[in-house]
Amino acid sequence: MDRNTKKAWLYLLPSIVLLGAFLVYPLLDVAVYSVEECFNFASQTYQGVGLYNYAYVLHDPYFLQAVQNTFVLVAITVPLSTVLALVISTALSSIRPLRQLYQTIYFLPYVTNTLAVGLVFMVLFQRTEYTDGLVNLMLSWFGAGPIDFINGPHWAKMFVLCFYTIWVVLPFKILVLTSALASVNDEYYKAARVDGTSRTRIFFRITLPMISPMIVYLVITGFIGAFKAYSDAVALFGTDLNAAGMNTIVGYVYDMLYGDSGGYPSYASAAAILLFVIVLTITCINLLVTRRRDGGEGGAAL
Amino acid sequence: MNIQLQNLTKRFPARGKKAKGEVTAVQDLTFTVPDGKLVGLLGPSGCGKSTTLNMICGLETPTAGRILFGEEDVTNLPPELRGVGMVFQNYALYPHLTVLQNILFPLENLKGDQRPTRAQMREKALQAAQLVQIEDLLDRRPRELSGGQQQRVAIARALVKTPRVLLLDEPLSNLDARLRLQTREEICKIQKTTGITTLFVTHDQEEAMSISDFIVVMKDGVLMQQGAPQQVYDDPANLFVAKFLGTPPINVFAGEVKDGMLLLAGQKALAVPGAPDGDVWAGVRPEGFVPDPEGPVACGLSRVEVLGRDASIVCTHPACQGDTLRVILRSEHEVDGAQGSVRFALRPEKTFLFDRSGEQRLRFGAGQGA
Repeated sequence: MDRNTKKAWLYLLPSIVLLGAFLVYPLLDVAVYSVEECFNFASQTYQGVGLYNYAYVLHDPYFLQAVQNTFVLVAITVPLSTVLALVISTALSSIRPLRQLYQTIYFLPYVTNTLAVGLVFMVLFQRTEYTDGLVNLMLSWFGAGPIDFINGPHWAKMFVLCFYTIWVVLPFKILVLTSALASVNDEYYKAARVDGTSRTRIFFRITLPMISPMIVYLVITGFIGAFKAYSDAVALFGTDLNAAGMNTIVGYVYDMLYGDSGGYPSYASAAAILLFVIVLTITCINLLVTRRRDGGEGGAAL
Repeated sequence: MNIQLQNLTKRFPARGKKAKGEVTAVQDLTFTVPDGKLVGLLGPSGCGKSTTLNMICGLETPTAGRILFGEEDVTNLPPELRGVGMVFQNYALYPHLTVLQNILFPLENLKGDQRPTRAQMREKALQAAQLVQIEDLLDRRPRELSGGQQQRVAIARALVKTPRVLLLDEPLSNLDARLRLQTREEICKIQKTTGITTLFVTHDQEEAMSISDFIVVMKDGVLMQQGAPQQVYDDPANLFVAKFLGTPPINVFAGEVKDGMLLLAGQKALAVPGAPDGDVWAGVRPEGFVPDPEGPVACGLSRVEVLGRDASIVCTHPACQGDTLRVILRSEHEVDGAQGSVRFALRPEKTFLFDRSGEQRLRFGAGQGA
């Protein structure tokens, strides 16, 4: 090892030590915990190594409920929020007056606290003994009956959760897409105009492919973010998500560690590993699909 | 079909909060591009030549004036109805499409009766590709091509709809020197083959002179002169045109006309019968000097540059604007480089007089008749 290599390792040491202690070690530890059967938290002992923890988690109705909720949330919010962000940012790019104002308004949710927003949503949607809430008031104008969105049927709760999630993730996507749209060279649009290209064709054949790397990025990070959803559900439905039937996978992990049923780090670890496997699979599928469609370009542009 | 511009004017609102009023990019421009000719629109940066091109193309709407394609007034037509093909400075090839898809793109925009079948489109695209000799590159993407190849694809895309007019914005500016020479001949050839009325914009006078049938010189949005390249070179209308055309550039002297004689630094230099008395700018082309031991113009000799084909003599003269003046001679032997000075006579047909504003040409003698 020559002097320079030694020096390089010396400079890398602080970050390697910190990352190792607080990132790599816990990750490995989670994997270890997940295969230690009958782990006793107090005595820090276990009785054997095996896959029992996984079997338990996979047979736990709460976990299955959480997986189902998470998948519904992902399947609805990721495509919807991306398309919505695309529509809004395209509209924002094509207007000139008041653009800055609108951009600010659309960006506001990003800098607002999740829990505070959740409370406001709860007030908007909740039915109490005294009032049906603002949303139900508006529904009644159209003759629709009052629905309890917070404590009522599962689909209503899911609707609120999706609505809320889309509202929260939208600003960042709009921000990214607006700048992506602005970076498309104006000459392409001029060339398209000279050729008499219709607006729809310009959008689908020129704009969309040009910003596709950014869309791929948003979809992939959107999937990952939605799979890790937890605080949104807490903000709306309180901490006892299992009782509300609105738990998510991360929520299940948290409950296993600290919740009412807490104190089961092995189950929590197994669930966390399962979540990791799911996210990894989905991300790989995402990358494969985009890479095949763009002939290797989308993947390379990432 | 010719292109006529009639009193074309374009004003833009001034940028910035402090600036008020408008910026005039093109002022009262009138000229005709003859049918089937290659025309160079020439001028320094910011003279409004690209704006003019954009107005002809239909990307900009004129503030005033008319544009006629043949008999048809196209001033208010959108670009796609004008029948123009445009090659942009940076080519504007769609990077996610292959060369073939790029060339097909304009055809796929056609609707209704005009829309050819898939096979016809392919046929047309292949023809256009053959014309610019890129038929081997059809499956590549633009970023896999060299600058010259991209240029050709852009031309093929502009030609595929067989437009009435081909417009090129600074077609050679993104190419290196060697490729530039080759490409400008290519453009000239393609234009001759198709016979399509072509207008191109450039700030490089050599480029414009070498391939154009006709050039239009602009400055600050105003037409300076138009004509065949040689004619404009031999008979500049004003000092700007005289200085803008020609390499090496024309030598400009501060002179005076008195009793039909041009005086440079007080010395009689050339008989200029008919020129009015007064202070003038005298422009002499580098090839307008004849070495003559008895010649009236005495210059200090700085150095002799031998170029093989000819020789370039760098001299000094007290009345000359700029540090040195440059003389082109057929060979270095015509002057004695050992001496510190050299004397020249001036060729009257290569000497132009302008008033001190530089805007008015002062003609003299029979050879320079009005």
